Amino acid sequence: MISSHTLSILVENRPGVLARVSGLFARRGFNITSLAVGETEHPDVSRMTVVLSADGKPVEQCMKQLHKLIHVLRVEELPGDASVDREIALIKVGVGVGKRAEVLEIVEIFRAKVSDMDVDALIVEVTGSPDKVRALTDLLEPYGIIELARTGRIALGRGGRGLKAPTLHPVPIESAS
Amino acid sequence: MTTMTGAQSLIASLERVGTDVVFGIPGGTILPAYDPLRDSSIRHILMRHEQGAGHAAEGYAHVTGRVGVCFATSGPGATNLVTPIADAFMDSVPLVAITGQVPRAAIGNDAFQEADITGITMPVTKHSYKVMDPDEIPTAIAEAFHIASTGRPGPVVVDIPKDVLTSPTAFDFPSTLNLPGYRPTTKPNRRQIRAAADLVREARRPVLYVGGGVFKARAAHELIALAETIGAPVVTTLMARGAFPDSHPLCLGMPGMHGNYAAVTAMQRADLLINLGARFDDRVTGRLDGFAPDAKVIHADIDPAEIGKNRHADVPIVGDAKSVIVELNKAVLGDNSERGRVDLEQWHSEVERWSRDYPFAYDQSEEGPIKPQYVVERFAEATKGDAIIATGVGQHQMWASQMMPLNRPYSWVTSGGLGTMGFAVPAALGAKVGRPDERVVAIDGDGCFQMTAQELATATLEKIPFTVAILNNSHLGMVRQWQELFYDERYSHVHLPQVPDYVMLAEAYGAVGLRAESVADVDGVIDKAMSVDDRPCVIDFRVDAGEMCFPMVPAGASNDEIIVGPNERPYDGVPQAPNEAYQRREEAAS
Ligand SMILES: Cc1ncc(C[n+]2csc(CCOP(=O)(O)OP(=O)(O)O)c2C)c(N)n1
Repeated sequence: MISSHTLSILVENRPGVLARVSGLFARRGFNITSLAVGETEHPDVSRMTVVLSADGKPVEQCMKQLHKLIHVLRVEELPGDASVDREIALIKVGVGVGKRAEVLEIVEIFRAKVSDMDVDALIVEVTGSPDKVRALTDLLEPYGIIELARTGRIALGRGGRGLKAPTLHPVPIESAS
Repeated sequence: MTTMTGAQSLIASLERVGTDVVFGIPGGTILPAYDPLRDSSIRHILMRHEQGAGHAAEGYAHVTGRVGVCFATSGPGATNLVTPIADAFMDSVPLVAITGQVPRAAIGNDAFQEADITGITMPVTKHSYKVMDPDEIPTAIAEAFHIASTGRPGPVVVDIPKDVLTSPTAFDFPSTLNLPGYRPTTKPNRRQIRAAADLVREARRPVLYVGGGVFKARAAHELIALAETIGAPVVTTLMARGAFPDSHPLCLGMPGMHGNYAAVTAMQRADLLINLGARFDDRVTGRLDGFAPDAKVIHADIDPAEIGKNRHADVPIVGDAKSVIVELNKAVLGDNSERGRVDLEQWHSEVERWSRDYPFAYDQSEEGPIKPQYVVERFAEATKGDAIIATGVGQHQMWASQMMPLNRPYSWVTSGGLGTMGFAVPAALGAKVGRPDERVVAIDGDGCFQMTAQELATATLEKIPFTVAILNNSHLGMVRQWQELFYDERYSHVHLPQVPDYVMLAEAYGAVGLRAESVADVDGVIDKAMSVDDRPCVIDFRVDAGEMCFPMVPAGASNDEIIVGPNERPYDGVPQAPNEAYQRREEAAS
């Protein structure tokens, strides 16, 4: 498996900010394998969780370039062993009544759940580490995966410390020109 | 709070941030802004191409240190600004580009003259605004100017839909800025300064490697004190020419691909590089793994992303060049008074030997064709160094940098990072507007000149006098040189036959047109040009088309492989002929 880096990025919740961040990765030559974004505890601040493949340029350079974006508030690399990583996958498996029991058994073992069921298909919903999602997908593969959707990884560092947005306090304009 | 239109709010905001001049071209969507402009104290200069507007704003910014401002309409007007915006991005020039946009309701519909300019320029702007509410205009302008001019300066685009400009709004200029994600570190960390001073103390072969950041921080004055305190030789990059006086005994001139032999070699042999606001650009370092192999590195930059990007920094310092220089000077002065000055005598004598033995050289015979370097030297003589020099990109740019003694800061206007042909004429125009009391000379190539020559019309009509010296070698000279050296003289599409007639062209634009065809003509036409003070003046110098720009470090080679000249090799370093054509030429010469 290629090693990877997980970056947690707090950004101002502004139009265009996703384009600025994702565009930066491409043009500076960083390969990303996943990007997830959503609001934080603070409505004006979103958190992006980005998984960077480590075979490219140094991650430190990437973090510094991210910092230069005006709407980026904080950037942190999450250590793999001291963070909780999760993603959600929805897996539509093409099983009819015959093989259903087998699939349900697998679902059970993975503590996943079935979110929708039809005569010839069911949707498995799984939350977990990327490894777990991969393992489950591998097992379901032989039954025929019709469609698959993954959220991409979200992650938080363990322990009481947290990446906090800076408090928004306006600064006086010095002579601007 | 006064009620007005968005357009009035825009102009009022620009007045508030101190804009005195705007370079631009109107059109459909920016039209509303041009109406209140009539009643404003702001001078608008009507350019002939938006690229010219952008470069003029850059030229203005280079020589004044203030934000250059340009206006363009949506669509093609805005896309014409892309090159100067990218240029300003690469060279950290404070620029605010204000573009009209199609009305809000039409955005995204491929409306007439719609172009997503904030999207197009995202990779080459420091930041950008798409102002969707007229009430946000003053804040957008205040933030744009703040961002463009502080930290590592750069271009900011402010895109405003037409109906935002026409809508009523209450003008409320902010007194504070709310930019929580933008807090450049300007004051250097004390411990890093201490660590830097310790490295300085240990060094026996230090070099101050000075970049454009010293201009941006307006630290040229302070730099002299630091150089003298340390006693280190100084190299000034293409972006920093004039940041340290060429006349100073410690100055080695420009490093890099076409730099002074002494500057290049001093860096190669250095045991300490003190990088102040430079970025280890590939044109300076040559092949990175062969660059300054024995040197420890102190790297001071206001942009943390530059530090360690290309070359490991033993002592990284984030801060603006002025604070770093002042603090480092204090620290080294303290050490010197406690423990005496470090003796760098041996280093100085080595460096002096390189400077003495390998000056820039060319051969001007009385009868032979005019050498381009000779023209630059005669301009240096005629202006007594008392001029702002703008350049295009190519051989002439390198010769200008090499041969023009630059002893004052903010008197050198060039396109370094992007290498934009066509920069010289509009940049010279903008420089003259920014510093009308200065003499401005553009040293241009015939290829470059043709890319933006139309701005002569602007200069004539606006009475903006400057001299354009075309070093006319009837070629895309720099490319021709590469083909001669690296493609076995297989010249491909580099010849520019003598069309147009530059004298007639100049006259057609209402400028003075002059020509020099032999060495005897040169001083006369320069004198004549110097006496023109009410319009631009173009001189067509017919120069030797075969002249090559040396020294040269071939692209991708190590700086040790520097080629000093067509028939000279350095005594240290590993001489390496690039190809047979070069060798043939050399044999013929000897
Ligand atoms: C816009 C642009 N197009 C192409 C180039 C590539 N280029 C670099 S130097 C050069 C030749 C410039 O010719 P000229 O202006 O005559 O100057 P000279 O080198 O002869 O002094 C070219 C084509 C460039 N730098 N910029």
